Amino acid sequence: MRITQGTFSYLPDLTDEEITSQLDYALGNGWALSVEFTDDPHPRNNYWDMWGLPMFGLADPAGALREINECREVYPDRYIRVSAYDARQGRQTVALSFLVNRPAQEPGFRLDRQEAADRRIRYTLHPYALDRPAGTRYGPLRGEREVVARERPE
Amino acid sequence: MSGPNDKAVTRSLFALPTPEEPAGGNQPPAVPEPLADDATVDLAAERASAGVDEIIEALDRDLVGLRPVKTRINEIAALLLIDRVRTRFGLSAGPPSLHMSFTGNPGTGKTTVALRMARLLHRMGYLRRGRVVSVTRDDLVGQYVGHTAPKTKEVLNRAMGGVLFIDEAYYLYRADKERDYGQEAIEILLQYMENYRDDLVVIMAGYADRMETFFSSNPGMSSRVAHHLDFSRLLAGRARGHRRADAGRAALPAVTRGGIGVPRLPRLPDDPAAVRQRAQRPQRPRARPAAAREPADRDQRHPGQRRPHAPGTRRLPSQPRLQQLTGPRLLIALRRAGGIGAAAG
Repeated sequence: MRITQGTFSYLPDLTDEEITSQLDYALGNGWALSVEFTDDPHPRNNYWDMWGLPMFGLADPAGALREINECREVYPDRYIRVSAYDARQGRQTVALSFLVNRPAQEPGFRLDRQEAADRRIRYTLHPYALDRPAGTRYGPLRGEREVVARERPE
Repeated sequence: MSGPNDKAVTRSLFALPTPEEPAGGNQPPAVPEPLADDATVDLAAERASAGVDEIIEALDRDLVGLRPVKTRINEIAALLLIDRVRTRFGLSAGPPSLHMSFTGNPGTGKTTVALRMARLLHRMGYLRRGRVVSVTRDDLVGQYVGHTAPKTKEVLNRAMGGVLFIDEAYYLYRADKERDYGQEAIEILLQYMENYRDDLVVIMAGYADRMETFFSSNPGMSSRVAHHLDFSRLLAGRARGHRRADAGRAALPAVTRGGIGVPRLPRLPDDPAAVRQRAQRPQRPRARPAAAREPADRDQRHPGQRRPHAPGTRRLPSQPRLQQLTGPRLLIALRRAGGIGAAAG
């Protein structure tokens, strides 16, 4: 199941050129960019891991795109998003946020029903990937893959 | 960050101000369309459309002296113009290396020329932004293990698309300190200079002799810096002439606008023009205060009036001469003058 989160999520995945022009738009508005990643893409999970600190003072999207690519290289099997933070007073919130990377396979969510008092039903979403330990939810870690490659006989 | 108006301030916190930047100057320039193989190009028209002349004329007008630097910038502009036309014909082999080194004493206009260079490169389409991020060692090198790489990368990300101006770049490398983090910053810098050639132009500035030492101890750096501009060869006579011409104007654009141009005139004894000028000038006795006169000087001029100085007063060489004396010579001079040397031994 293809996860739709953030802006542009119903569109096909953005190319690097499209990402660059979005970053350019954000910088033109004076928003600070930051890169985050996670392997727990529950819609209510607000706490993604930060890839470095937010990038303040950027003028050109090339630097931010470089950070995105570095993050993709290290975590190819995780969700990566770019957030643009509007620091103006009265706003002080994320103004734009979109996915720039997703795992090759997305198992999706199941619906859990919980029986409560008076025959009420409580519904909750459970990502299938969450059953596996953190770090291995969407495929092996980069380190593991390297170990496997090294153990292979020549 | 306390209002919509502060946005610009926040964004340009570390960027040098570019007051003469035209509106929309930070927007990426238009990409020139490709040409057919048999097309002909009018280079003069090409040059005019690139807007090179405006910037070079402004440079010529606003900066005093610096003849070799201006010539060199003109050459670079011409080279890039040809390269740009070649690209349109599909002939170019990758982006040219534009990293530069500006050597010269403080106040010779290195920062100003860097700003102009950024604007020139932006105008010609070699930079997406005309902005200059000026840093020193403190901004690049960290204080503990693991601090340098993120710090350097942050600065480089900020400078992406424009010019990174490293003032006194030789401080990055300290030969005497083996465990200095400067080397790490240099390695990251080199990596960026090579991999992000079309995104970033690095200009390193500093004293000529120290830069030479820096480049000789970092061969990788010197091979990646394509253009060396020397700001030290300033002809005193010519600069003085320019200054006199400028003095008639109400405003001194070259000097008053934030230290642009040549605020201090170095004295160059070897300069033939200056020597000629000095020889042609009518000699007249200099009116100096008596206290500043050197005793030897006075004795030569008035041999008959030579009088012994009163006992108890100490005769010391004049202050400029004292500043030139070092080590044993200073001791001898002091001893002769009946100073501390005589008292001690």
